[in-house]
Amino acid sequence: MATLDSYTTIAPQRTPEGGEVGAVQSGWRLAVREFVSNKLATAGLVIVVLLVLFCFLGPIFYHSDQLNSNLLLTDQSPGGGYPLGTDGNGFDVLGRLMKGGQTSLEIGLLSAVIATVIGTLWGAIAGLAGGIVDAIMMRIVDVLLAIPFLFIVLLVAARYSATTATLSILLGVLSWLLPARLVRGEVLTLRVRDFVSAARVMGASRSRLILRHLVPNALGVVIVNITFQVADAILALAALGFLGFGVQYPGTDWGDQLYDGAGNLNNGYWWLIYPVGILLVVTVMACNLIGDALRDALDVRLRRR
Amino acid sequence: MENVLELSNLSTHIELSRSTVQAVGNVSLHLKPGETLGLVGESGCGKSMTGLSIMRLLPPGGHIVGGSVKLNGRELTSLPEHEMRKIRGNDIAMVFQDPMTSLDPTKTIGNQVAEGVLQHRNVTKKQAMDRAAEVLGLVGLPRPKERLEDYPHQLSGGLRQRVVIAMALACEPKVLIADEPTTALDVTIQAQILDLLSGLKDRLGMAMLLVTHDMGVVAGHTDRINVMYAGRIVETTDTETLFERMHHPYTRALLGSIPRLEQDNNERLYSIAGLPPDLASPPPGCRFAPRCLLATDQCTKDEPTLLSAGSVSEHQFACWHPVDGPLDLSKVSDVEALGADVAATIGLTLEAAGGHEHHGPEPETTRSTVVVNEPEPEVAGSTVNGGGLLVVDNLVKEFPITAGVLQRKVASVKAVSGVSFEVGRGKTFGLVGESGCGKTTIGRVIVALERPDTGQVTLAGRRVSEMKGRQLRRNRRDLQMMFQDPYASLDPRMRVSSILREPLQVQGSGSSREQLSRIHDMLDEVGLPHRALERFPHEFSGGQRQRIGLARALMLNPKLIVADEPVSALDVSIRAQVLNLMRRLQTEHGLSYVVISHDLAVVKYLADEIGVMYLGKLVERGTGDDIYHRAAHPYTSGLINTIPIPDPRTEKLKNGAAIKGEIPSPIDPPSGCRFRSRCPLAQDRCAEEEPQLRSFGPGHVAACHFPLITPAAVEPESSVA
Repeated sequence: MATLDSYTTIAPQRTPEGGEVGAVQSGWRLAVREFVSNKLATAGLVIVVLLVLFCFLGPIFYHSDQLNSNLLLTDQSPGGGYPLGTDGNGFDVLGRLMKGGQTSLEIGLLSAVIATVIGTLWGAIAGLAGGIVDAIMMRIVDVLLAIPFLFIVLLVAARYSATTATLSILLGVLSWLLPARLVRGEVLTLRVRDFVSAARVMGASRSRLILRHLVPNALGVVIVNITFQVADAILALAALGFLGFGVQYPGTDWGDQLYDGAGNLNNGYWWLIYPVGILLVVTVMACNLIGDALRDALDVRLRRR
Repeated sequence: MENVLELSNLSTHIELSRSTVQAVGNVSLHLKPGETLGLVGESGCGKSMTGLSIMRLLPPGGHIVGGSVKLNGRELTSLPEHEMRKIRGNDIAMVFQDPMTSLDPTKTIGNQVAEGVLQHRNVTKKQAMDRAAEVLGLVGLPRPKERLEDYPHQLSGGLRQRVVIAMALACEPKVLIADEPTTALDVTIQAQILDLLSGLKDRLGMAMLLVTHDMGVVAGHTDRINVMYAGRIVETTDTETLFERMHHPYTRALLGSIPRLEQDNNERLYSIAGLPPDLASPPPGCRFAPRCLLATDQCTKDEPTLLSAGSVSEHQFACWHPVDGPLDLSKVSDVEALGADVAATIGLTLEAAGGHEHHGPEPETTRSTVVVNEPEPEVAGSTVNGGGLLVVDNLVKEFPITAGVLQRKVASVKAVSGVSFEVGRGKTFGLVGESGCGKTTIGRVIVALERPDTGQVTLAGRRVSEMKGRQLRRNRRDLQMMFQDPYASLDPRMRVSSILREPLQVQGSGSSREQLSRIHDMLDEVGLPHRALERFPHEFSGGQRQRIGLARALMLNPKLIVADEPVSALDVSIRAQVLNLMRRLQTEHGLSYVVISHDLAVVKYLADEIGVMYLGKLVERGTGDDIYHRAAHPYTSGLINTIPIPDPRTEKLKNGAAIKGEIPSPIDPPSGCRFRSRCPLAQDRCAEEEPQLRSFGPGHVAACHFPLITPAAVEPESSVA
């Protein structure tokens, strides 16, 4: 076909009728690029990684006795083998921070996951079902939101012994309400979108709609929510610990330590309160920074090409 | 006369995080008082950016990098911001596309119109409100003084756009920039708004820059036209010359690819292959060269500049190989004829870049091995009214409006009120009407996304509208849908391979390997490279996405596809590609289509039979020629007359909008004939008695007491035609 050959001298290769498409860009790689380009988010991520290393790997390199209290060494100021001094029970504060951090991070993450799973399912079911089911499910959420959070926690914590597992479940079970509302809203807008209609026209079953279309598209919101939930849970745990309902002695968490420190605020024992306070603020802030950046990065529509 | 606005070599760039989009490059244009200049081009060609550059209202990252903008000889690009504020809304005003987003929903319209007056004139609040009422009256808002306290949501779309225009005119600007002022409106309202703008421009003596993608709009309402492509002005001259003796191949191709009412349906539409270039890295040389049939090595190396055409200094174009005059449309479908035309210059075949259908074996050899739905043998001679594949019988669909705590039904939106039609095998039925006439609802009921209140949808003898659960899901393979917005209809989190595989998975057909081979075949058929499989929807252009949507609809080898505004969201040059593709696939697969559109030209091109809808009723039904040449219903003929035609001579002869007013609320439609409130021929009888469908010839029915042509001497048709 001579005429075709003469064309190829202009365009090196024959392009399909619909035109060429660009080079492959993986969705995840784009998301990572977007995330990394956000300086604050990268800082947040680095902080969280450092915190995890500090709390979980720290004790391997920095040994301190966190089991037996030593009443001869109470309230030592920093220095002399105790970089951050000792507390009222004679425990080394630096080691205590690591140990408390483990509890706080574990409980924070675990309860956030519990809350998100319950909330996502509750919200997705309510949003997709609609009508009377939706109305009843969301009124339950409204009622639960109206009960003071701390009140319930204190009631339960007073009855049952506080361990990492029970506290995680307790906090998780009490904080699924907001994710439920969030996911329901997302599902409500997603279910009338054209691509869901397209799937229905193909004959897709309800479970396929939820698992293949609604959940993956709501996932961005869910993931972002987890990071905020972690921050909230760590704060809630700190509040519990501060009120004396945290994990039980000799276990500890940051709220527990904050409480101890607060009692000594006027004695000038600053090492009992500032290190743990700063760690708490930095952790929560880092989680929030990551959450903000994730929200931007995972939103395909906001992505710059 | 002095130019009121003059742009010379204006260049605007938009800085993105990783690239710079050269949105406007070396644009020069001028406007005289009382003159309307059209700025046309496809989306992304920089026409809106030119308008925004004049106003210096560029988006974040955008800045003017060169050239000048002079208003009455005063340079605007270097003016300090506070001086520029005095000019915006005062000397130069702007009308935007979407009236809902350009009005503040929390302020009354009176305050919004008065705001500009208060800003720029030394007047009291009272005087400003008086001026607002005056201007609102000027733009044709009924009883303006009483409506000053209305909020935007209380007005219809057409009235909102009038308010936006009133805001722009409140300070009597010298220049009005109208950026797609009618794109979000219905055709009937579009005609009214365009007439209003032209009339006001004449009365107030301002200059108007009309930015639009619609060649029909510029044909009737401009004195001169600038054609833009990829950030450059490629041709500029007065309106008549541009349409009759254009010199740039892009102008010619753009005009050639618009489907026309008088066109023969059996012809392929002329289409421009490929896509507009990415302005972050525009091609060297002429920017149209990669898509131009006349391009030579010179075009890809050196960029042509705007030069005057011979004796006429007003006619300028930028092309190394100018053409003379429009394509001969009667020859367009004929590859040989067009090939000869083109070959006369350099010797190429039409669309050598694409269309494997012209070369090599027919797709039989590449057809899939997965038997999803063996195409049934064609029923010979399926006439318009016999052997219907799809039968829609007396369909009624109402959406309840509930209120109060108990969600009591207080009223209902009467979306569809008793519509019947049939679609034969391999045939296309077109539904046209203004937005809110119920055409989309009918489409959704046909594909069983909605359940009708009464009436039935029958496909090949099976009552789809009564099926449930698994039976319905299995039968859905025969009924697929193409959506208006190709982006919204593709799951943004799925790759194209998963998107195309999904229908097969859902219906459980074929092994994984067979599915993949079918996906490959389908990509070939819709003209997309296999590399597309790994991409996400956002990585494609609009036309490519619509191709993916069509491929997905075809995966199950359906009998019928409902296409809801299949090309409305696409650019003109891409539109023709998709329409041609739909036609080709129809003949190859023996498909039936129900095409729903507000664009009569698109429907007429695709459809064998057309139904015209008004407020939930089918008011006329017949072949394309019946509707276009022998319209019986006043609404049909009015609708045809309001469509802007890309021909300045016919367009300028039209005086006034053919259909007055706006579509009434479907909650409380008029009694009797629903069109009577806007009908020029309405009499008392129309309000009392509802007209039934009457025959006006074989297969041609209309519901009107006072039809424009005499009915055929047969009994009125029963409800099922």
